[in-house]
Amino acid sequence: MTATQDRPAAEIGKDRRRKEDQRLITGRTRWTDNITLPGMLHLAMVRSPFAHATITSVDTEAAKASKNVVTVLSGKDFGEELGVCINAWPITPDQKTPGHSPMPADRVAFAGEIVAVVVARSAAAARDAAELVDVEYDELPAVVGIKKALEDEVLAHPDLGTNKSALWVFDSQDAGTGGEVEAAIEEARNGGIVIEREYRQQRLIPAFMEPRSVVVDPTGEQLTMWSATQIPHILRFALAATTGVPESKIRVIAPDVGGGFGGKLQATPEEWIAWAVARRLMKPVKYTETRSESLMAAHHGRDQVQTLTLAADKDGKVTALRVHLDADLGAYVAIVGGGVPVLGAFMFNAIYKFPAYRFECQTVLTNTTFTDAYRGAGRPEATYAIERLMDELAAEVGVDPLEIRERNWITHEEFPFTTVAGLEYDTGNYEAATAKAKESFGYDELRREQAERRERGDRVQLGIGVSTFTEMCGLAPSRVLGSLDYGAGGWENASVRMTPLGKVEVVTGASAHGQGHETAFSQIVADRLGVPFEDVEVLHGDTQVAPKGLDTYGSRSLVVGGEALVKAVDKVIDKAKVLAAHLLEANADDLEYSGGRFTVRGTDQGMGIQELSTATFAGHDYPDGMELSLDADATYDPVNFNYPHGTHLCAMEVDTETGAVKMRKYTCCDDIGTIINPLIVAGQVHGGLVQGIAQALWEEAVHDESGTLVSGSFVDYLLPTAADTISFDVVHTDEPSICTTNSLGTKGVGEAGTIASTPAVVNAVVDAVRHLGVNDIQMPCTPERVWRAIHAHDGDAPTPQAAMPHFEEGALNQDEGAGQ
Amino acid sequence: MTKIELTVDGASVSDDVEPRMLLVQYLREKLGKTGTVIGCDTSNCGACTVHLDGTSVKSCNVLAVQTNGRTVTTIEGLADAAEGELHPVQESFRECHGLQCGFCTPGMIMQAVDLLAENPHPSEEEVRLGMEGNLCRCTGYHNIVKSVLHAAEQTSAGATS
Amino acid sequence: MIPVEFDYLAPASVEEALAALGEHGDDAKILAGGQSLLPVLRMRLNAPEVVIDLGGIASLRGIRDDGDALVIGAMTTHHDVRDDSLVREHALLLSKAAAEVADSQIRHRGTFGGALAHADPAGDLGAPALALGAQFVIAGPGGTRTVEAADFFVDLFETAIGDDEILTEVRIPKHTGWGAHYEKFVRVAHQWPIVAVAATVRGSIDEARVGLTNMGSTPLRATATEQALAGASATEDGVRAAADLASDGTNPPSDLNGAADYRQHLARVLTGRAVLKAAGA
Repeated sequence: MTATQDRPAAEIGKDRRRKEDQRLITGRTRWTDNITLPGMLHLAMVRSPFAHATITSVDTEAAKASKNVVTVLSGKDFGEELGVCINAWPITPDQKTPGHSPMPADRVAFAGEIVAVVVARSAAAARDAAELVDVEYDELPAVVGIKKALEDEVLAHPDLGTNKSALWVFDSQDAGTGGEVEAAIEEARNGGIVIEREYRQQRLIPAFMEPRSVVVDPTGEQLTMWSATQIPHILRFALAATTGVPESKIRVIAPDVGGGFGGKLQATPEEWIAWAVARRLMKPVKYTETRSESLMAAHHGRDQVQTLTLAADKDGKVTALRVHLDADLGAYVAIVGGGVPVLGAFMFNAIYKFPAYRFECQTVLTNTTFTDAYRGAGRPEATYAIERLMDELAAEVGVDPLEIRERNWITHEEFPFTTVAGLEYDTGNYEAATAKAKESFGYDELRREQAERRERGDRVQLGIGVSTFTEMCGLAPSRVLGSLDYGAGGWENASVRMTPLGKVEVVTGASAHGQGHETAFSQIVADRLGVPFEDVEVLHGDTQVAPKGLDTYGSRSLVVGGEALVKAVDKVIDKAKVLAAHLLEANADDLEYSGGRFTVRGTDQGMGIQELSTATFAGHDYPDGMELSLDADATYDPVNFNYPHGTHLCAMEVDTETGAVKMRKYTCCDDIGTIINPLIVAGQVHGGLVQGIAQALWEEAVHDESGTLVSGSFVDYLLPTAADTISFDVVHTDEPSICTTNSLGTKGVGEAGTIASTPAVVNAVVDAVRHLGVNDIQMPCTPERVWRAIHAHDGDAPTPQAAMPHFEEGALNQDEGAGQ
Repeated sequence: MTKIELTVDGASVSDDVEPRMLLVQYLREKLGKTGTVIGCDTSNCGACTVHLDGTSVKSCNVLAVQTNGRTVTTIEGLADAAEGELHPVQESFRECHGLQCGFCTPGMIMQAVDLLAENPHPSEEEVRLGMEGNLCRCTGYHNIVKSVLHAAEQTSAGATS
Repeated sequence: MIPVEFDYLAPASVEEALAALGEHGDDAKILAGGQSLLPVLRMRLNAPEVVIDLGGIASLRGIRDDGDALVIGAMTTHHDVRDDSLVREHALLLSKAAAEVADSQIRHRGTFGGALAHADPAGDLGAPALALGAQFVIAGPGGTRTVEAADFFVDLFETAIGDDEILTEVRIPKHTGWGAHYEKFVRVAHQWPIVAVAATVRGSIDEARVGLTNMGSTPLRATATEQALAGASATEDGVRAAADLASDGTNPPSDLNGAADYRQHLARVLTGRAVLKAAGA
């Protein structure tokens, strides 16, 4: 910025209570399902019970005759105006991408796919009539599970001829970022260490608390869609691109949105159907899903089989990593579907200096709910694999898991560091984070207790798990996305508007759904512009209010959107300076800007930004050539990702009699650069931790062989409660590694907890029982799985397939049915 | 249709309702009390928690007709928000950052109020167990538990001063 | 999330309720606390034409002392059973088990009789009722009859209550001074029990009663364990042999939370723990 700012930061770093909370704690909320419009009609979806079937007929007569029903429509009733559900990231030029109609007329490809929609005067009448729609199907064989899909015997989409969608490869030798993997592995087989494992990333369900809901109002000049979405801007783009309505005629609003975690980063069949029905009937319509529908038909996440080979010398210095992923896309390639595992490609090498690296990802289609981003998206899977492997390497070498990491990690003097995956990490200090975490955790004391319990043969054993993670976030430099064939950029936009009475309206293209943007962005503006925190109003989530933006995901809002905001504020100050110089009758070069006020150096003359705003509104006195506005907007395209990191330590107690596990302590020391609001950061970390812990211990979306979702309600898809979790020990390094690629020095934190915690927990569970001959337990680590692993050798717990990993002998470290 | 008369957030209301209408639907659709929300269909999530005659219930698990002649309090009636008042538990949730997206929050607050009415000085474990019928996906519960404990401290501090 | 349409009746007496039931027969469903019924109706897994709400019948609520037994009205809530001083004194096991039913909100609405009549094998009250030798008082068109606990639970979601009958109260023989514990094994707190064991013991150990939750299509009583516990010492070694008998004759389900053999293992381990805790050891 041109004006100097020497006032100490008052707002950044302060634990401001959130502006958002007043309405949320009093129930004065605007969830999409709260919206009621005159003449509004309600939709109910008729969904296929079969995972794969030909639709032979749809008889809607009885439903149409049902009380208060307006109409019933099936796929054949629509033409091109229905549009399509898009895949924005074809990961290879030859990717096999099945056409994805919001409501297919001929064939369904997963259980829960929509085959008809009932439109009625009330939600109850719509539901009643939906039961009367008579759909006849010819059931087709369904392919469920990655390993079955790879066989290509049963096809998810017979016309494609294969279930294999795309193979994406990165090889450090080809890229010039490292050596040859195969040679290093061969070398390690002779005198070194080779760790070979197959890990399973089970399928998860984002399970945001607010079920998805969409309202479409076709009255008025612009067609308006309210949706419980993370991505209003991308939705508007996709609606225009696929349904023939010009962008200028589309307004998309994400009002209060109750969580997303990637699960509301989608262009959904339900939104497209509501859009088409409203346009057809020219009446406002609303569709709100039930939780069961949400679990069945909103996209799922994770679902990979990871085949891993880690080579090291005998001291545990890693020489190569080879990764092969098979990733389940489900029935369609969703909006970012195939790209999610590819986002992990750059993270398997994590914080380590690996000389050689190869990554392959094979995506496959199955007759199951389509998968896409879920908190962390690709990076949790990568972090899990490498952090589990590093623990296995430590066990092999016979040293502490932290010691093996230290032998391999990038030291703080080595930054900036270009990794074997080709990323440039700007800053970091793994030593400092680890030291701080160890101290706060009481690492040595817990290790002593662990040894004592082992010695005594206690029924309850203690394990300590380590996860020293980093991640790439702040999606994303647009040119990098282009090089990866992603269909859009990664920039963000912000504008700052000065109101006549001196308030500040901040418009951001990021679209919050619980992150606290209104508070954090107000803090940034309050400091930068020198106005009171209370005078800043943050506007977002409406394409007519915030016309430009790329929304909220990938821990990007602060690091990308915040930087756009900084640039917009600086432009406002520059513009105001011209007016201030004129009104103060001073030379602009003699002006200083501090605390929201221009002063003439060496005098007591000055003028506040808010006074200047009023003066601009009046327009009575301003210099020739000045545009009569202080408002400014800015678009920022990041130059790099950013790389938060941290050391997470977890202590788990394992009841060896029942296999039950219980968390004893969890400490994390995250280094995320500058912290704008420590309260919000802690909240993001806590929530992220529990989602990651839940993957380790509780959650799994399970389809049976016919493709029916078995875990189709909250009775079976197990979210933890307050009674299942503990209070966390969250600390930060004393001197954070400031990000060098944005002005505020911030790094993303939204996904960090989720990325780091899963391996910390599983490492702890395995560590508790490693002395009993266990070196892996498949996620989620259910009591039954833990118990069977412990007793696999003593005959107490017969298990169909031993829980032993090395797949050289053909026995995988999987339960029966794994990879299905 | 069945006629019901009841008190909701201090006001007498009367309506003809279908017997199948759930209390939560009655609150949202007939009374516009959209502060109370629906998060699941199996009574696991607790987002719809309200007070029926002073104790917490899941309003998806009560028929509107069952509330005839009774008293319902929702998040919107906990304190006079129009007068700028907050219930101490609401205040605590803000103070301790006990919410993020806010969708589970009305249910969490209503359950926390009930919990503290029954046990004004709970331990952390008692809070965790007492909130087991409410799911949150954002906070990891850490700050929700802290909020409830904070409210208990504030209330007892207020009572002794 | 929306049940099918039904008619709603709110009888003021048991007689009126029986008359309504007689009139509508199979088309009617009894609504007690509704905490299991309403989810079923919302998901449209059941579609009665008439719902008969017992909530207005005051005589079905409350707990009274009846000499050698306690009498618990069918419409008494789990919350009230848990906190009742008579229950704590004479049937501690019920208080402990009622405390473990679902969650606080559901315990405020859910009823003792409703849960037992629902007869979910994973329900928390069947095993303790069985262990305590409860007697079920059932009213029908021809008057009332009493059914012993052993005969009450017939099968999955099926009891001895006839289509034209209503469970009005449950008599619990007093177990004054008996120690008790309900050991519930779940993966997350809001889950139905994977396995649970209800144990109550006199002395340490003179007599024991043990019931099992979710180890078959009905609650089960571990009689072999009970016999072996008589005279056993309240120590880990003392109860082990008896606890090992707990899974005899059980036929638990296999599902995402555990295969049958794992549940049988749990039943043995948890029985030992429940008995020791009941004995105060």
